[in-house]
Amino acid sequence: MSQSEQIIPRGHVLRYTLKERLTHWVAAGAYIYLLLTGLAFWSPWLFWVAVILGGAPVSRMLHPWAGLIFFAAVWNMYAMWAPQMRHTDVDKKWWKAVRYYSTNQDDKMPPAGRYNAGQKFLFWGFFWSAVALLATGLVLWFPERIPWNLRFLRYISVLVHPAAALFTIGLFLIHIYMGVFAERGAFGSVIRGDVSIEFAKRYHPGWYEEIVGRSTAPRK
Amino acid sequence: MSQEILRIQRISGHAGTVPGEDTQREYKVCKLIDTTTCIGCKACEVACMEWNDLPFGETVFDNTYQTMPETRWNYWNLILFNEHEREDGTLMWLMRKNQCMHCAEPGCLAACPADGAIVQYTNGIVDFQQANCIGCGYCITGCPFDIPKMNPKTNRVFKCTLCTDRVSEGLEPACIKSCPTGCLHFGSKDDMKFLAEGRAKQLRDHSNFPNAGVYDPPGVGGTGVIYVLHDATQPELYGGLPKDPHIPWTVKLWKGPLKWLGNVAMVGGLIGLFVHYLRFGPKDREDEDIRPGGAKS
Repeated sequence: MSQSEQIIPRGHVLRYTLKERLTHWVAAGAYIYLLLTGLAFWSPWLFWVAVILGGAPVSRMLHPWAGLIFFAAVWNMYAMWAPQMRHTDVDKKWWKAVRYYSTNQDDKMPPAGRYNAGQKFLFWGFFWSAVALLATGLVLWFPERIPWNLRFLRYISVLVHPAAALFTIGLFLIHIYMGVFAERGAFGSVIRGDVSIEFAKRYHPGWYEEIVGRSTAPRK
Repeated sequence: MSQEILRIQRISGHAGTVPGEDTQREYKVCKLIDTTTCIGCKACEVACMEWNDLPFGETVFDNTYQTMPETRWNYWNLILFNEHEREDGTLMWLMRKNQCMHCAEPGCLAACPADGAIVQYTNGIVDFQQANCIGCGYCITGCPFDIPKMNPKTNRVFKCTLCTDRVSEGLEPACIKSCPTGCLHFGSKDDMKFLAEGRAKQLRDHSNFPNAGVYDPPGVGGTGVIYVLHDATQPELYGGLPKDPHIPWTVKLWKGPLKWLGNVAMVGGLIGLFVHYLRFGPKDREDEDIRPGGAKS
């Protein structure tokens, strides 16, 4: 969807198209279900979560299907965003200056594009984790179908699946923190699609220049 | 054997203490299988099917004395057959009654995430409680003996119970009852171990089996089913009995250090983010208000 297809309030720019927002929320919904049921299987102290969600056998039955939905959404993100997620020289500088980013001194940051280096790390982290979770998840879905002489696949999967899931939980916590608490405006943008020009200028100056066609403006 | 209600000393996927742990003087029970006197008659297979009222399935003829390739969810007791050629050119027919080994440290129980789906009674019997099973199949991965089998219709896992219903009434398991050669014995672990060692010594001293010995693998803490083998140095000959079975190290790593690390990381991450918010707060200040729909734009 182009900018002209959506009514954008004055002083705002479109950041996420409807397709991008839908994909995000399909992934988010599936991930939260996977997270809750997965945590229930992870620790006896959280087993009650599965009981609340309709019983542990139901959770076990639906968890793999939610996983397929999650992977499909992540795959769609890959198709949409992979070119924009390439590591650039600006990203290299961004990581060097990350301490300023984490202490809210955003004026000292190199000009990020549509996605800053942290967001790119989140994307690739989730993408490769999703690949690992799918591969190991398929093994865990049908353990009795794995022949005895290929049992090492099961042995690998019971370790890699939770390890990859833990990695995504780390990414997820930071994602929620940044999107809901730290960068106010980010959460609204993935619901309504637009951000204020101030938001774009401050957090994604490279992208802002791109969309207003002021590529000749002096860069830092 | 006590005729009291069986108390439980270990529970799978269980938070907190185990009510029955160390509350009984109950001794460990044990099944002794003397492979050297087994004739492969399969009376034990039939007795198991009968007593446990298991639905019949098709057998698979493979030109040997074996009923089917491996145990099934509804076939818990299977004689494994191997024609073994010895170094002197003579043949041996090795018969091994295969079933759940009732490990002292059960891999199935360690891997199981469902509260109470797998329990170990104070007498050592490891028992699946299908009502609590969630059908994840982690027990299949945890078991070093390839014993738990999934019922595809109910998605629940089944295996030999060591006839815990009979044992709790002071009876011996059905397979023991049916054995015509007396190669099966049942009693306390200490008694069975004594009997097995005696038989192994007899084989070594008088029957020209210098490697005869008892299979009671320490890697899983010893088992509630022990074997006398003609050649204890090559248990693999007996239908692939693992030489040194362990709970898979990845299962131990997952249920041990990874769990510990993961929990610390998750809780630490939450606390860290909260403290970060208290220290630095949001990136924009209230008066800037750069949110969508904000006043200043």
